[in-house]
Amino acid sequence: MTRSASWSWETGSRTLADLGELRAVHREVHEPAVSPDGERLGVVVVRGDGAFAVAENGELWEPELERAWHLRYTPDGRLTALVRIDDMWTVAVDGEPWQRRFPFVWNTGFSADGRVIAAQVKEGMEYTLCVDGQLWDRSFLSLRSYALSADGRRAAALVQVEELAEADTEKFAQGTWSVAVDGEPWEQRFIGLWSPAISPDGEMVAVQARTDRFEYTIAVNGVPWESRFACVWEPSFRPGGAGPLAPARVGSTWRLMEEGEQLWATSFVQLWHLRFSPAGERAAAVVAPEWGRFTVAVDDRPWGCTFGDAVLPPVFSPDGKRVAATVGHRRRWTVAVDGQVWEESFDMAWMPVLGPGRGPVLAKVQRGGEYGLAVDGRLLSQRYELLWDPVLSPEGDKVLLRGVQGGKYVRRVVPTGELR
Amino acid sequence: MADLADMQVVDKGLEKAVAGLSEERIQEVIGSVLSQAVAGRLKLYLQTCVHCGLCAEACHTYVSRDKDPDFAPVAKVKDTLAVMLKKKGRVDAEFMKNAARVAFVECGGCRRCSMYCPFGIDIATMIMTVRRICSLLGVVPQYIQDTTNSHSATSNQMWVQPDDWIDTLIWQEEDAQLELPGLRIPLDKEGADVLYSVIAPEPKVMAQLIANMAVVMNVAGIDWTMSSADGWDNSNMAMFSGDLEIMGRIERVHWERALELRVKRMVMGECGHAYRGAVYDGPKWLGWQGPPLPMIHAVELYYDILREGRIEIVDKLTEPVTIQDPCNIVRGSGLHEKLRYVVAALCDNVVEMSPNHEHNYCCAAGGGVINCGPPWKLSRLKSIKVKAQQLGRTGASLCITPCHNCHHGIEDIIGHYQLHMRTSFILELLVKQMKMPEGVRG
Repeated sequence: MTRSASWSWETGSRTLADLGELRAVHREVHEPAVSPDGERLGVVVVRGDGAFAVAENGELWEPELERAWHLRYTPDGRLTALVRIDDMWTVAVDGEPWQRRFPFVWNTGFSADGRVIAAQVKEGMEYTLCVDGQLWDRSFLSLRSYALSADGRRAAALVQVEELAEADTEKFAQGTWSVAVDGEPWEQRFIGLWSPAISPDGEMVAVQARTDRFEYTIAVNGVPWESRFACVWEPSFRPGGAGPLAPARVGSTWRLMEEGEQLWATSFVQLWHLRFSPAGERAAAVVAPEWGRFTVAVDDRPWGCTFGDAVLPPVFSPDGKRVAATVGHRRRWTVAVDGQVWEESFDMAWMPVLGPGRGPVLAKVQRGGEYGLAVDGRLLSQRYELLWDPVLSPEGDKVLLRGVQGGKYVRRVVPTGELR
Repeated sequence: MADLADMQVVDKGLEKAVAGLSEERIQEVIGSVLSQAVAGRLKLYLQTCVHCGLCAEACHTYVSRDKDPDFAPVAKVKDTLAVMLKKKGRVDAEFMKNAARVAFVECGGCRRCSMYCPFGIDIATMIMTVRRICSLLGVVPQYIQDTTNSHSATSNQMWVQPDDWIDTLIWQEEDAQLELPGLRIPLDKEGADVLYSVIAPEPKVMAQLIANMAVVMNVAGIDWTMSSADGWDNSNMAMFSGDLEIMGRIERVHWERALELRVKRMVMGECGHAYRGAVYDGPKWLGWQGPPLPMIHAVELYYDILREGRIEIVDKLTEPVTIQDPCNIVRGSGLHEKLRYVVAALCDNVVEMSPNHEHNYCCAAGGGVINCGPPWKLSRLKSIKVKAQQLGRTGASLCITPCHNCHHGIEDIIGHYQLHMRTSFILELLVKQMKMPEGVRG
């Protein structure tokens, strides 16, 4: 059962918060966030000098905060914020600050089910990771980014493990970076590391690794692939698969590699943003078949249409049969589905949302400063001051719309057949 | 003849690298670079040159060095790339060390010489090819290599830690609120019209510029945001150190952050090389014809909001002011008229340098030259006497420098040549001279 099955899918509208009222009462009202199920809207408000608060559906959190920002809902619907209290920072979850306070904390991340919350932390003059309020045992000279496993039991971060004096280019070239998994760094050192990824079973950690000044590869659990490349992009794991896949640059073209071996036969001018169908049987990536033209390739077959500005990461339908992506061409944005481009274009388009079967494809779009919902390429007449991505019900027969109209936040459930 | 003092400069990056460099390795690397598509174009350039000398007169280094022919652009190519091609890469480590000195210190790739070449020979591209070869061999001045290392490790130019960046934004917002109550620096706001990016020296040593831009954005009523995550730094010294892989990587981070946030356009602060990296060199390496979203240089932003009346200037400077035309946004992108429109709005007494606009001399700091660091500072300043003379002739007491490299390069020139002048970014003038909302400024 998907998480959204437990949400209310009763058709109709409910007004859950009034931003206008908040603006009338508070000095400032910042950008709101909305829970995945649409039941709650959280927003930072400023009540006076150094007096911040978080309002959720109009109700203020206690206590008052010196600062609050970076409101994010977890996938299971808890509201997190980065908050400053008594000149120290921490993470607050549903109004409860973690007990530990830090000189600085940032970049909250969540497990897929939302139960585990992590954040980067500065402690003393060093850096570490905090998972559900518990610090890793070790801290590091720097910690640049991290990944959580889907279940949140494993965490991997890029860490600087060797001191580097100012302008010490020699030592840098020997490798000063490693990957810490659950706080313990690999023995191996690298010149550069990027984009850690954890396998679905939590057993493997893969990263882009710079092994020499101009040699790159993918390192898995500390062991680099035997092959070396002119450059690589982020590794990712296929659901149900074995080792990671990653784009690699060979000569002046890019290829898709699996465990160091070429997977797709075609080489591209560019290849990035590899994505898999939910069951893992299909793969899609953004590719440039020729210089200056981008499209999506699905299982090594590029779509017939190409775009000049950009193609954003592709997304599969839940059954893995359809692929869609936001595409930009001549400074206009729209959506392409299985190689068919929507006729209407917009000032901006967000990631398309696909349901099971042949149901409609939806996307939040922006035109003339207003937000709207586009369905199969047609912009519906309703306009919003703010709008979040639509959510399709598990059966795909209803859509959850979360938007602000006239200063009021409205949660609306509409049968997909009535979208017009 | 070449400057002996320059040749005696000890740069650890060069000395250590050449110590262990075999001729076989050098030949292999030169062969790998020159056997590719560029080789044909470079050979054609070399064969086309008729040694007319127009490039020499165009070069600030040559003119500043008393027209020493060793500093002519054609000589810089003749002493580096032409030898590599002629000898099919069979050159030694000492040759490469000298080639690195010429390519990194004596030429900033300002492209003035190319503009005067009757055949349009792109000398800067040839010098950048030498830098690429040097980079592949590890023969790179220490300080610009360190900057490239910072880009590699941190996605920013100055080893700025993520918490320092965010804390600076918060601190600058609080500072700017003293000037303009209610002002905000919105972080990571999806769907904003503008993502504003800066270069890392701003949070590191010139944080006030961020507060200044926040004031301008707020008064002009622009729907804007800044990124708390990597991608906030638009600078790119890897582009100049010859590390094209890191150049491409950080441009990808920069542009993908804008695409993630679904902004309509990117605005960058007053920087010239960053514009080149974000608009030309970076996208090209990544396979884009141009940037995936419009990139607006700060000069264009000021021009737009002044023309549209979104900000109003209430005080104008009366002192004599001159304008530095940054190579990458003027010779490279033709922003000189917009630049003058903006300066005219702020200053009553503009004294133009001669030559100016696209004919203006480089500041000798751009193209990564200033990033080669203290060992090469004196050499750089000897190579820019012509700019000191240009500045001095204006009689101006202020030089407006809408580029970080120009700003610091000209500060160095003013100090070295004892000119009675100071420098300013446009932004610093704008916030002092613009009309603030009613009741804000006494």
